[in-house]
Amino acid sequence: MLSVSALTKRFGDRTAVDQINFTVDAPCMLGVIGRSGAGKSTLLRMLNRLGDASGGSITYEGREITTLKGAAKREWQSRCAMIFQQFNLVPRMDVVSNVLHGTLNKRSTFATLFNLYPDADIHRAIEILDRLGIAEHAAKRAEALSGGQQQRVAIARALMQDPDIILADEPIASLDPMNAQIVMDALRRIHEEDGRMVICNLHTLDTARRYCDRVIGMRDGRIVFDGAPEMLTTDTAREIYGASGDFSEGATSTEIESLDRPAPASALPA
Amino acid sequence: MTDISAPARIDVLQTEYMALVRQRRLYGGLVLAIFALLMASGFYVADARNAGGFWEGLHRVGDYPAAVISEAWEKRAELPANLVKFFPALVETLNIAAVSTLLGAIFGLIFALLSTRGLARWPRLVPLFRRLMDIMRAIPEIVIALVLIFMLGGGPVPAMLAIAIHTTGALGKLFSEVAENADLKPVDGLASVGANWTQRMLLGVIPQVAPNFLSYALLRFEINIRASAILGFVGAGGLGYELKNSMSWGPGEFDEAAAIFLLLFGAIVVFDQISSRYRNRLTEGRLA
Repeated sequence: MLSVSALTKRFGDRTAVDQINFTVDAPCMLGVIGRSGAGKSTLLRMLNRLGDASGGSITYEGREITTLKGAAKREWQSRCAMIFQQFNLVPRMDVVSNVLHGTLNKRSTFATLFNLYPDADIHRAIEILDRLGIAEHAAKRAEALSGGQQQRVAIARALMQDPDIILADEPIASLDPMNAQIVMDALRRIHEEDGRMVICNLHTLDTARRYCDRVIGMRDGRIVFDGAPEMLTTDTAREIYGASGDFSEGATSTEIESLDRPAPASALPA
Repeated sequence: MTDISAPARIDVLQTEYMALVRQRRLYGGLVLAIFALLMASGFYVADARNAGGFWEGLHRVGDYPAAVISEAWEKRAELPANLVKFFPALVETLNIAAVSTLLGAIFGLIFALLSTRGLARWPRLVPLFRRLMDIMRAIPEIVIALVLIFMLGGGPVPAMLAIAIHTTGALGKLFSEVAENADLKPVDGLASVGANWTQRMLLGVIPQVAPNFLSYALLRFEINIRASAILGFVGAGGLGYELKNSMSWGPGEFDEAAAIFLLLFGAIVVFDQISSRYRNRLTEGRLA
């Protein structure tokens, strides 16, 4: 389905993503882990074509993505939704309008200028919000919502696109543990119920372990681990994060349960 | 989290939101209709009161530029000489613009900090400083210049003062809007170590807003080049004075007018390039 080969991104003389290769054969929940600056965001932005690749190729169902231009590029972007760390909603517009932005690729500029979305779309937007448990905030401004609610609005916008792939760039990094769990549960449910591919950047190991079917570990722009989450040992984790011997998984945790866990690092299955 | 999602509730939500959407569309349509009406009627009124008439005069709009260009083209051999001849006038114009921008920026900065909520030295006097800036902005440069020329006689100094006063008002307003968005945390931090107001502004606010301030000041400099050229028309010297002479003394001087336009245009392009380079460097320096 999705295949990435020798994908590279350079900023000046710094290489953010360095010749990475991976293939995804069936829709799955793919976690990309690594510390800040490892190239995770750059990778996702290239997949969505928010940023151009410096070299290499991305193909989806046999179609080359990196060379798409203009309307074809925007059509691809509408098929692979992006969720951001800082939600990236339009703060002064109401929640439903933000969700309806997911259909912009199908609508003319004139229609969107005068807010002329079809009634069916508006109904569907509210249904999606209901599915994510925030329908009662439909008419509020996006900026009036809490972080966790805003992130669910962003997920609703992504679902409104009816995408093949959902890219989530650190979706829970700005959220408290409770909201982080709600958002991750929502993403997992979308994958399981709709069968969409979800590629999720995470910087915490335990979240990846808990929600993902497959984990890619990045360090300094290279893939240093690719496999099932069960195969992640403390040693591989240390390599991914470039940490020394005192590294423990609990130190990167954002989950509520980990607070109760007595000794997280030593409890790791080898 | 209140995750209540009974099927009955969602229907209600959808109906309510649809009503909201219909209302918004109605307002949007009304605003558009009013806008179109105002545009049409405004144009009609302006055209009716016009001495010459817009449609009758439209085909003659190109006549004057055509005359200037054709005459300047005939005497193109004299262009280098004309450029050299008027260069000192350009320097005078630039001089007026530079000094007035500098003075205006300094006073604008002080006024801006004194009239920004949250930063002001005397919060109760904020409205006073705002009104002072409003007055400085409201009076056109040319009016201030005419009054000053009447009192001080013709020359570059009245023009410089006139532009500086207007620049203080205009930049003060822009600076104050930038300062309003400045992060107050560093100011709090400095207040916590016992810094006085000037120190807090100098070290807590200015570093944050300097790139924006400079960018506005450079933009204002470009505007002031044009303003100081215009003030030449009322006797303030510089390029404007020469332009007035060459344009109004009838046929035979259009080559000089063309040379002056070229100088003015060139100066604005050069300063636009220089200022955008400096602005870029400042913003990058802030990121690094």
